Amino acid sequence: MPILNDIKEILTGLSITFRHIFRKPVTVQFPEERRAMPERFRGSIVLTRDPDGAERCVACYLCSGACPVDCISMAAAEGENGRRYAAWFRINFSRCILCGMCAEACPTLAIQMSPEMFHCRRQVIDMVYEKEDLLIDGTGKDPDYNFYRHAGIGVVQPRGSGAGEQAPADPRSLLP
Amino acid sequence: MTWTATDIALMLGKIVLLYAIILTGAAYLVLAERRILGFLQDRIGPNRVGPFGLLQPLADVIKMITKEDMIPKAADRLLFSMAPAMAAIPAILTFAIIPVGAPLQLFGRQVSLQIADLNVGVLFFMALSSVAVYGVALGGWASNSKYALLGSIRGLSQLISYELSMGLSLVPVVMLSKSLSLADIVNAQADMPFIVYQPVAFVIFLVSILAECRRIPFDLPEAEGELVAGFHTEYSGMRFGLFFVGEYINIISLSSLASLFFLGGWRGPLLPPIVWFFIKVGLFSFLFIWVRGTLPRLRYDQLMHLGWKFLTPLALLNILVTGWWLALR
Repeated sequence: MPILNDIKEILTGLSITFRHIFRKPVTVQFPEERRAMPERFRGSIVLTRDPDGAERCVACYLCSGACPVDCISMAAAEGENGRRYAAWFRINFSRCILCGMCAEACPTLAIQMSPEMFHCRRQVIDMVYEKEDLLIDGTGKDPDYNFYRHAGIGVVQPRGSGAGEQAPADPRSLLP
Repeated sequence: MTWTATDIALMLGKIVLLYAIILTGAAYLVLAERRILGFLQDRIGPNRVGPFGLLQPLADVIKMITKEDMIPKAADRLLFSMAPAMAAIPAILTFAIIPVGAPLQLFGRQVSLQIADLNVGVLFFMALSSVAVYGVALGGWASNSKYALLGSIRGLSQLISYELSMGLSLVPVVMLSKSLSLADIVNAQADMPFIVYQPVAFVIFLVSILAECRRIPFDLPEAEGELVAGFHTEYSGMRFGLFFVGEYINIISLSSLASLFFLGGWRGPLLPPIVWFFIKVGLFSFLFIWVRGTLPRLRYDQLMHLGWKFLTPLALLNILVTGWWLALR
C-alpha cells in the first residue's frame, strides 16, 4: 500500500529533524564569536618590517602600479644611508577590492594581506589608511626574509658578502 | 440564573485573564517557532533582544505598529481593512468554549475555568472555523491582486475540503461522549482518553487541523514560493500582524481542542489540571512547528486527493465502525 510507505517516509523525516534539535548549531554569533580566518585569507593590507625591525618597503611603486583600482599611493624618499623609503604611503580601503595583486607584486614582501577583515568606519574618509596605520611591528608571513641581505649592496654590508654572493671581480685585472 | 456582582466580576476576570494568556501565548509561540525552527535547522534563532531573545515579540510588535499602513489604490477599502479582524476574531472566540482546568472553589461557589459551557460547543467551534475562512477569502479578494486572489481561492477550497474531514472525525468523539459540550467531552474521558478508542479519528483530526490553520504541508493559500505571500501579499504593518497573530492563536486554539477531544483535556495524574492542559497544548504546538520544519508543501492536486479521496472516506468509515461497535456493545 503506498499510503503506508508515505507514512513511513513522513515519520523518517520527522525523526531526522527531531535529532537535529540536539545538535550543536553551526552559527557563529558574530560580534562575540569570530571565526579564525585561514592564514592565506586576503583581508586588510599591512606593511611589515624586516627581522631587524626596519621598514621593508623601498617605495618602488610596483604595488601602486599593480593595483587594479588605483587605491595605493606613495612618495619615495631616500635616507641618509642611501636606502629608499616611502615618505608617505596611503591605501584607500574604500576602494580596495582585496585582490592581493599588490602583495604579489611586492619585491621586498613589505606589503602583505592579513587575515584581519573587520575594518569598517562611519566616514569614508576614515577608510583612508596612512603609513602609520598600515605598519605593523612583525615580519608577517616570511619571518626571516630581509631584502637587503640579498640585494642591499653597499648599504648594509660590503659588496660580495651577501648570502650566496661571490666577491666582485675587478674588471681592470682582466685587462691585458 | 441571576447574576450577582461577584459573578460578573469573576466572568470579567476570566475574560481578561484569557485574553492576556492567549495574546502573550500567541506572541511567544511566534518566538518559540522561530527558535525551534532554528534548532531543527542547526541554527540558533533570534536570541538578540533580551535574555534568550525573550523580548523579541515586543520588538516585533513595535516594528509592526510603526510600519506604514498601506492600502493599495485598487483595493476595496472596507473589506480590505475588515479582513484581518475577520481572520483573528474567530480564532480568539474559539477560546470561549475551551475548559482550561477543573472547576475551582472560589468565593464559596463553583467556578468553571471556561467562559461559556455551550451545549453545542463542538458545533460552535466548527462554525467559527468556517467563519475564519472569510478573513482569508475577503482579504485576498479585496486586495485586487492576482496573487492574493489565487491564494484566497486556494484557501477557500482547501478549508472547505478539510473542514469536512475535521467535522467527520469529531463525530465519533461526540458519539462516545454523547454530548456536544466540551466540558462533558472532557468528563467522558475521565477513565480513558479518546485517543485509545479513536486513533484513526485522532490522525484525521490532526491532519485536518494542520490544513485548517494553513500550516506548512498545507500552506497553499500562502505558498511564498509560488504566490509571493498568497492572500496577505498586499498587507503590511499591523494588518498583516493581525493575520499573523490570528494564525498563531488558531494554532493554540486548535492544539487545545485536539487535546480536549482526544487526550482528555486537563485530566492527568499527579500534576494540577491546568499544568496538564498547558503541557498537552504545548505538545501539539510543538508538533505544528516540528512538522513545519520537516515536510515540504503539497501540490494542489495532492492536497485535494488527500482530503476528498482519502481522509473523508476514512472518517466516514470510522463513524460507521464506531456506531457498529457502540450498537453491539
